[in-house]
Amino acid sequence: MSGLSTPSIIPLPRLRPWLLAVPVLLLVAYLVLMDNGAVSQTGAFLHELMHDGRHLLGVPCH
Amino acid sequence: MVRTLLVRGLLLGLLAGLIAGGFAFAFGEPRVDAAIALEEAAAAQAEASEPVAEAGHSHGEEAEVSRPAQKAGLFLATGLYGLAVGGVFALVFAGLRGRVGPRSDGRLALAAAGTAFTAMILVPFVKYPANPPAVGDPDTINSRTLLYVVMIVIGLAATAVAVTTARRVLSDPWLRWIATAAAFLVPVVAAWWLLPTVSEVPDGFPATLLWEFRLTSLGTQLVFWTAFGVLFGWISDRAARRTAAPASAVASG
Repeated sequence: MSGLSTPSIIPLPRLRPWLLAVPVLLLVAYLVLMDNGAVSQTGAFLHELMHDGRHLLGVPCH
Repeated sequence: MVRTLLVRGLLLGLLAGLIAGGFAFAFGEPRVDAAIALEEAAAAQAEASEPVAEAGHSHGEEAEVSRPAQKAGLFLATGLYGLAVGGVFALVFAGLRGRVGPRSDGRLALAAAGTAFTAMILVPFVKYPANPPAVGDPDTINSRTLLYVVMIVIGLAATAVAVTTARRVLSDPWLRWIATAAAFLVPVVAAWWLLPTVSEVPDGFPATLLWEFRLTSLGTQLVFWTAFGVLFGWISDRAARRTAAPASAVASG
């Protein structure tokens, strides 16, 4: 960083490797908000554990 | 640089998620409890009139996760949600920085958080509002979830179209605002109009409870995105000033 008042552009080649984190983060969001056992293989457990959060974050829930 | 932003997004997302969890716990849980009480009263009545009741989804004591555990799970859910969303936000922020939107990190964070709330929360909420327990048929959960995700994708796509439009129309600021709003609203309103309606509120469910629950649910998301946007903007501005300060000291000295 050269201390510019306007933010410097991050070149795409430097950004690209970090984008691998996106599918991982989306998987976490999916498990928290939407999984009903299909991916987590825990049956209804994950759904029940995240139950109140799903309702109050506005995601469809049973 | 990207690493710093990602860590910042993850940690502040977790923090904002816990703050939103606190809001949801204080204002949402009483409504969740009220809805579950109604559901159980209705189930008990059905069982009394029809002894062989079908074993459906229940929130009662026989549920796999107890109510106190579900209330703790609320913070786990909002915290992990914040972590995931905050991380993705940080990477999008890294891509936008200096390319699209306000030039200051703080303002960009606020603008991006406000846009994310509008596109990913408000747009789906208008079509498919949040529902308390006892509202919603377990058999339609997959189609309802899919429709909800479709609505999020449409909100984000409309935002991309609107931003592109804003960058193309340079002649007149008023014309630019009108073109941007139209580019966002036309696909969003079309989707609200064309996508199938979901109406599964049982007869006799108290309208006040439904309204209050929906408002609290939207409020939880508003608390999250406000807290996250402000925290991310604040920390980013501070970091930018700290890197700028030594350089200007050298320049003036």
